[in-house]
Amino acid sequence: MKFLKDNAPIAADILAVATAVFMALSAWMVFNYAPMEEVMGWPQKIFYFHVPLAIMCYVGFLFTFIGSIGFLWKKDFVWDRVAVCGAETGVVFTILVLATGMFWGKPIWGAYWTWDPRLTTSLILLIIFSGYLILRSRVEDETLRAKYAAVMGIVGYADVPLVHYSVKLWSRGIHPVLEKKAGDPGMHPDMYMALKVCFVTFVLLFFLVFIQRLRLETLKDDVERLKTQR
Amino acid sequence: MGNSKAGLSFTHGVWAIVTKDLAMELRGKEILTTTLMFALLTLVIFNFAMDLTSLTVKDIAAGALWVAFLFSGSLSMNRSFLYEKEEGCLSALMLAPLDRSAIYFGKMIANLIFTLTAMVVIIPVFTVMYNVNVMESFILQSLALFMGALGFNAVGTLISAVSVNLRAREMMGPLLLLPVVAPALIAAVKISGGLIRGEPLEELTAWFQILAAFDVIYLALAWILFEHIIEE
Amino acid sequence: MSTPIDTPLIELKSVSKRFGRVAALDAVDLELRAGESVAVFGPNGAGKTTLLRIIAGLIKPTSGGLFLGGEDLTHGHHDEARKRIGYISHQSLVYPELTARENLSFYGKLYNIENAPERAESLLNDVGLKTRADDAVATYSRGMKQRLSIARALINDPDIILLDEPFTGLDQHAAEMLINLLIRLHGEQRTIVMITHNLKIGLDVSSRALIQAGGKIRFDKPVSQIDQAGFHDLYINVVGGAHY
Repeated sequence: MKFLKDNAPIAADILAVATAVFMALSAWMVFNYAPMEEVMGWPQKIFYFHVPLAIMCYVGFLFTFIGSIGFLWKKDFVWDRVAVCGAETGVVFTILVLATGMFWGKPIWGAYWTWDPRLTTSLILLIIFSGYLILRSRVEDETLRAKYAAVMGIVGYADVPLVHYSVKLWSRGIHPVLEKKAGDPGMHPDMYMALKVCFVTFVLLFFLVFIQRLRLETLKDDVERLKTQR
Repeated sequence: MGNSKAGLSFTHGVWAIVTKDLAMELRGKEILTTTLMFALLTLVIFNFAMDLTSLTVKDIAAGALWVAFLFSGSLSMNRSFLYEKEEGCLSALMLAPLDRSAIYFGKMIANLIFTLTAMVVIIPVFTVMYNVNVMESFILQSLALFMGALGFNAVGTLISAVSVNLRAREMMGPLLLLPVVAPALIAAVKISGGLIRGEPLEELTAWFQILAAFDVIYLALAWILFEHIIEE
Repeated sequence: MSTPIDTPLIELKSVSKRFGRVAALDAVDLELRAGESVAVFGPNGAGKTTLLRIIAGLIKPTSGGLFLGGEDLTHGHHDEARKRIGYISHQSLVYPELTARENLSFYGKLYNIENAPERAESLLNDVGLKTRADDAVATYSRGMKQRLSIARALINDPDIILLDEPFTGLDQHAAEMLINLLIRLHGEQRTIVMITHNLKIGLDVSSRALIQAGGKIRFDKPVSQIDQAGFHDLYINVVGGAHY
């Protein structure tokens, strides 16, 4: 942990530079490299951002789950910080998923919101993990806060597969699903390349935000400790 | 010293808590009256908000019923652990030679009995008010009602053990609970509605599986997590 | 009891308890022998309740060890240990919606005691609640509720009795009743640990006095060796030096 803490600023700087470079590269690839989709036209470009975001918000909630288990097991606040940073990053990414989904949906489906299974799943998870963050603000004592939040983090994450399957079964959706065949990504190779680059970009962005948030949380903890030591 | 017999068995401990909660409820009737009144109110409001004419009622009935149970249930669920907190009785339960999870299962079963009682009262009322026979397929519908109530109370009792400790707990309870029970609600509404409309069982099996998975997952999680909530 | 007379009944080895960043107990060492009656004095926030709750098994130490009759209970009390302990909190630990008799009968069931109704009856008699036994506790005065919570703590006939400020809210009559009860329990060779702010009553009913402040035990002497007239000044002196 100390190694990570000492090297976090350098890691964050490297990540920031890498994210900036890849973000520029992504923008160029999405708008100049990948071919225009014939039917949908410009709105299809949102897809390159929407898909990686949707995957990364699940990673955020996974961190909440792992951090929650870690705290209940080890009673170490490092795990609690991992959990809260995962939830915050996950919630922000989920809001972006819903926003990009809506901007795409308006021109393509004719409505900002449809009760499409994937959007609905994201919305329910957004409400569950926003509840997790609100819960944290309703407890003064930090040990109790970490404990109650950990229980809610586990309860919330256990709901992910249940929500996913029930919502999928509830409405056979209109969400575009890529027809996958062995060795065929189901899209133009240049589009696929652009998507891959975008995916790397959002993985970098996710960890940049996550690590910076974790550093902030650790510094806050240090400040509190110094205050009580006086 | 000490004229105690051998340790109390798990089931006896659970049962002692269940009967205690039932005795308290028979005295105060706080949970049942709130649940029943609120459920009834929801049905009346549904009637005004949506046109429950005989043509559409079979499509909406299950949804209206489950929303009534869930909203009234999530309001009264908060009381459950408040009783244990007010005078510190939870500490007394923890001092007793009793498995921590027996406390959870005792409270959960008592809450489940309250929900089922509310259902037994509300469903005949609903049947008369809206002229739709909810219990047409009696055994399967009873199973669906029981499984839905079990899942709701399994996770609800766990969450109310958390929310009772929070500021603004009356709001926090439903806020934390309702989104989590979404999959159970979807499955329960699909099954109940399907049975009212007389859909074949094959179309409902997948929903029964989801509901069963929900019940099993949250009972198991509660069994593991509950002691972490109450231990300091 | 199977405990040999020379090993302490309850032993705390360097027990610390932190709540978040606040240390409620700071490396406390304490040995209590069977049959001792111990008064614990100290200002608010000294960690007295934390000490009692750790002995009762309601909270676990952050570090250090807790032993009962030589047996390690640091990671939790088993059923046999819990049956030996009676705990009176500053909360009543009884259900206001139920009657006194129903409360005692419920707790009797949890402790799986034989002859529960007779036990409840004799306890109700001991604390002077017999005539009101079938009224809901919600209708009781503060003092009556306190007396019922004393009866509740004794339902399992514990040989270790832990009391957290039991005199709060008691009137003169009830306080005398509790003093007599404590003297009787002490006479029956039960081990008693009592937190109190009342220096005089504390010294009267106890065989040993502790003063706790700032999460540490700062004073520990048999009552027989204490100059009772000068104890108040001594208390102020001991406590005055501590941060609280």
